[in-house]
Amino acid sequence: MTDSILYTPQAVEDALNRMADAMQAPELFLVGIHSGGADVADAIQQRLEASGTRVNRGNLDISFYRDDLDTIAPHPLVRRSELPFDVAGKDIWLVDDVLYSGRTIRAAMDEIFDYGRPASIRLAVLVDRGGRQLPIAAECFGFSHEAPADCNVELVTDGEWLIEQRQVK
Amino acid sequence: MRPIKHLFGIADLDREQIEYLVNLGDSFIDINRRPLKKAPTLRGKTIINLFFENSTRTRTSFELAGKRLSADVINISASTSATKKGETLLDTGQTLAAMQPHVLVIRHSLAGTCEFLADYLPNTALVNAGDGAHEHPTQILTDLLTMKQAWGTPAGKVITIVGDIAHSRVARSHLLAAKKLGYTMRVVAPKTLLPSQIERYGCEVFHDFDAALPGSDAVYMLRVQTERLTDNCAFPSVREYHEAYGLNGKRLRAAGPDCIVMHPGPMNRGVEIATDVADSARSHILDQVEHGVAIRMAVLAALCGGQEEEKKMGGSSRKQLSEEAMQAQGRLI
Repeated sequence: MTDSILYTPQAVEDALNRMADAMQAPELFLVGIHSGGADVADAIQQRLEASGTRVNRGNLDISFYRDDLDTIAPHPLVRRSELPFDVAGKDIWLVDDVLYSGRTIRAAMDEIFDYGRPASIRLAVLVDRGGRQLPIAAECFGFSHEAPADCNVELVTDGEWLIEQRQVK
Repeated sequence: MRPIKHLFGIADLDREQIEYLVNLGDSFIDINRRPLKKAPTLRGKTIINLFFENSTRTRTSFELAGKRLSADVINISASTSATKKGETLLDTGQTLAAMQPHVLVIRHSLAGTCEFLADYLPNTALVNAGDGAHEHPTQILTDLLTMKQAWGTPAGKVITIVGDIAHSRVARSHLLAAKKLGYTMRVVAPKTLLPSQIERYGCEVFHDFDAALPGSDAVYMLRVQTERLTDNCAFPSVREYHEAYGLNGKRLRAAGPDCIVMHPGPMNRGVEIATDVADSARSHILDQVEHGVAIRMAVLAALCGGQEEEKKMGGSSRKQLSEEAMQAQGRLI
């Protein structure tokens, strides 16, 4: 079993800056997916606000929108979903840390539609690690890296942010 | 955290499990306020509400909770069930379980109904929706969510509960929860409506309502359950009860400006609670009703989550159990 740093703090910092640049607009609706996606959305929000963008933020916990309630841990830790703006007619950026199968994103889109009918939803992720099981793609990403199926790719946020790739049995 | 397989009562839950369910309920409040009140969490799950005692709010609350999480919900009340035709409780339970529901929600006038059935229905999660004067766990979880919303945490608070303590499953469940979560219960009732040795629950006992009011963070009024009162322990008259144990504006003022009012419903206006108090800004009674749906969503989701995994990991097989159950049937009936 080997632990490895896939992307260093400096690389993550650069990637977040690139993403914020790419998302520039006068006003944005940014929805993070708990918990990693919410952290990434916060980081992007800071950068966008520094450059004068008006950012409306929301967070989703999609635990109860997933299609695998029977197979996840019996009692997952769930946070409150908060979308403090009306989603109807808005152009929404959905933000997550790592994009893998695409199931989380599908669940998040289902949840957003339960709040209302947005004009559009686009996806921004820090890492696209490949291995998609659904026809979902990120329009904005920090890194694209094809990770082996027996590895976890994880954003570590204690201290300086970095991205690890870890083999699981 | 220990997994929660059934919900029998507060007595079986530890602090961590109680807090988990309350927090989960908190995360579900929002779904009930959206224009589209539906999440796909329990799609494909079947829930049967089996009510041997009348209930409007608890049954409606469980039904909405299930439906808003996309489960298929069926309601059976005693008046329409085969029990009327002489079927035993165990047979009713086994018959319904044979139709493969995931959750059976049961209200019954006998204490311990769910625990009894659980031994014979290995593949069904059971939820106690009130069993006699024993426990009513979803009501207490609901109240804890209301207290969390009002104060952040119930720890260190003083809840003064007033009324027919002896016949109240709500009071009993609260006394158990108070110990686990660190809040103080003051019970207020005439001696005829208090169980003997109530002090053993670690609560403060008052016969004078006015003496219990100062320092209370919440006054929790219980309905005077005339259907449970026998002639020999009843109070003299409704008017006298209201004088001595009813919550009116004057008493609420004596309790202090931040004291909130709670009631599990249904209310008897003019008996245990005065109309102006019930409708005042300090009344959290309708919040309790709203939180009740969220808590029941949490309970159903918690019991259904990971159910298939658990079966795979070695829940007892049906064949074995039906043999055991048959033996038990022979013994019991």
